[in-house]
Amino acid sequence: MQIQLRFSNLLFIVKSFNNSKFNISTVQIESLSHWYGKGINRKQVLHNVSMKIEPGEVVLLTGPSGCGKTTLLTLIGALRKVEQGDLFVLGNQLRGSLRKTRQILRKNIGMIFQGHNLLRCLTAEQNVQMGSDLLRGLSYRDRRDHAREWLRAVGLEDQMSKLPHDLSGGQKQRVAIARALSARPKLLLADEPTSALDSVTGREIVSLLKRLAVNQHCSVLMVTHDPRILDVADRLIKMEDGRLQPVIE
Amino acid sequence: MKNNFWQNRGIPLAWLLLTRQPLRLLVAIAGICFAGILMFMQLGFRDGLFDASVTVHRLFDTDLVLMSPRSMSSISMSGFPRRRLVQTMAHKDVIGTTPVNWNFLLWRNPQTLSTRAILALGFEPSDPLLLDPGFQIKAQALKSSGRVLFDVLSREEFGPVPKWFAEGKVVETEVAGKRVRVAGLVSLGPSFGADGNLITSRETFLKLLPTTPPGSIEIGLIRLRPEADPEQVIESLTASLPNDVKVFTRKEFIDFEKNYWRTSTSIGFIFTLGAGMGFIVGCVIVYQILYSDVSDHLAEYATLLAMGYRLKTLFGVVAREGIFLAIMGYVPAYISGQALYALVRSSTKLPVEMDSQRAFLVFFLILFMCMASASVAMRKLVDADPAEIF
Ligand SMILES: Nc1ncnc2c1ncn2[C@@H]1O[C@H](COP(=O)(O)OP(=O)(O)OP(=O)(O)O)[C@@H](O)[C@H]1O
Ligand SMILES: [Mg+2]
Repeated sequence: MQIQLRFSNLLFIVKSFNNSKFNISTVQIESLSHWYGKGINRKQVLHNVSMKIEPGEVVLLTGPSGCGKTTLLTLIGALRKVEQGDLFVLGNQLRGSLRKTRQILRKNIGMIFQGHNLLRCLTAEQNVQMGSDLLRGLSYRDRRDHAREWLRAVGLEDQMSKLPHDLSGGQKQRVAIARALSARPKLLLADEPTSALDSVTGREIVSLLKRLAVNQHCSVLMVTHDPRILDVADRLIKMEDGRLQPVIE
Repeated sequence: MKNNFWQNRGIPLAWLLLTRQPLRLLVAIAGICFAGILMFMQLGFRDGLFDASVTVHRLFDTDLVLMSPRSMSSISMSGFPRRRLVQTMAHKDVIGTTPVNWNFLLWRNPQTLSTRAILALGFEPSDPLLLDPGFQIKAQALKSSGRVLFDVLSREEFGPVPKWFAEGKVVETEVAGKRVRVAGLVSLGPSFGADGNLITSRETFLKLLPTTPPGSIEIGLIRLRPEADPEQVIESLTASLPNDVKVFTRKEFIDFEKNYWRTSTSIGFIFTLGAGMGFIVGCVIVYQILYSDVSDHLAEYATLLAMGYRLKTLFGVVAREGIFLAIMGYVPAYISGQALYALVRSSTKLPVEMDSQRAFLVFFLILFMCMASASVAMRKLVDADPAEIF
């Protein structure tokens, strides 16, 4: 009972931040630094990174391999502990945050991976429902209908009962997008979502992602190497050696 | 509340993880089923043997039993003076007694002519002996000398006596080297110590076994007034009788025999050990299956963590896999157990039954086995790091 109370309290905090923060950025980073390794192997990968992402904004992050893009993404995604600097996501300070806070926060962050990372034993529809199952207070049927709607939105209405194994790379990535969005996230993080796809499909997927996210008023931060998709961005950020470069419009 | 639970359910991940890998599931079920069958058989044999040791003991029409303190079990009975039984008649609550001779004699198979030890009971045909109400009439046939009643449930090695008898043939054979004729059939059942039984009159018994002192018997049955308190009667009988006899209640008489097999032989230990082996084999199989299942899906579990699922939820998935495996493995084990028990009953005439207590015991052992294995396999889940999947 008490645990449940505390749980709903936390949820309430997250929600109230979301609702009452028209003036609060989705992501706000203030001189964030990060290191990997211990002792003499300790190596700094992020140096004093500062940036903001506003609600509904689509931001692309590019940079050479190994410059720290994925690291930044996992920090924003509440998947790693923040070591130094301030990192606010949806109003929650992540430095020194509790595991519980991070777990609840993750429900509000959609993630799309380089590999699709679908559950092999679930059909497309069930995979998407794993996302909508995170929504509280909806009946099973509602969540399933929700999942179906999202599959329809990504154009897979006739592939619902296929296993990932039987889907093409582009279709799998569409399912991953539907899954990420079906949990109604406020922020979508994507790490090279097109790298496993050919350029035409990649382009299609990214436009779809942008359209659906913007409709949801969901901010997007996408890491990419693909120069052909840069135009979907509202803003482009370049990173080099763990430092952000001056913004180019 | 139930409806609420139903509405709140999510994708049945544990079930799908298991059923979408049919080969692995089949191996798991076969393993658990094997462990379950092993436990059913070992425990069934153990209990069956203990029960089988008292098949005849259970049939006596008696409230108290007199035995020599030197009798250790049905296969090593010592005699005591019949006078002791007569003395108990002095007690006001005793309404009847039956002296019984009890020994093993060599029975010659009338077909193959080979011999085999059979348990022979000798009593006065006019005395009550068995609870079976039809027995008293059959016992009349024993009044002529040299007649025996043969146990139809005796093992086949004693010859096709029941068949021949039913066909109306005169069945004659040798017991302890003396000619006897089968005068009827009774239904007693083989016990652990005896493969077959025959009942005869004391007169015939003494002829077959002339070394028995005429005044000596192996058991004395004592029937009490229905309102009598057996404990009190035992107390006063023990006080009045010399210590060359011991008085047992019916239940003590049965337990005494069971206890002999339990304590003086390693049967209990061997079969419990066998069941334990089944348990351990099952644990290893379930652990292997669940551990490789978790390892194979580690990236997917990490993805779920990244999506905002709790580690506890994932523990729950593995635990549920364990429960499903337990149930899916138990059902075929139970059915095979039933079938094998029937096979054992028909081929060895051992009274092995699927009693609910053992059915529950094996179920809980399997459940425990699966849950223990699942909880060890869960520790692998801690390795699922959502930061590593980008
Ligand atoms: N778990 C880790 N432990 C130690 N060092 C790491 C770890 N992950 C990444 N690094 C190092 O940190 C640096 C930044 O890695 P990161 O994955 O953030 O780069 P990236 O910009 O995403 O590169 P890419 O474009 O190739 O994906 C690299 O030098 C990498 O070797
Ligand atoms: Mg990367």
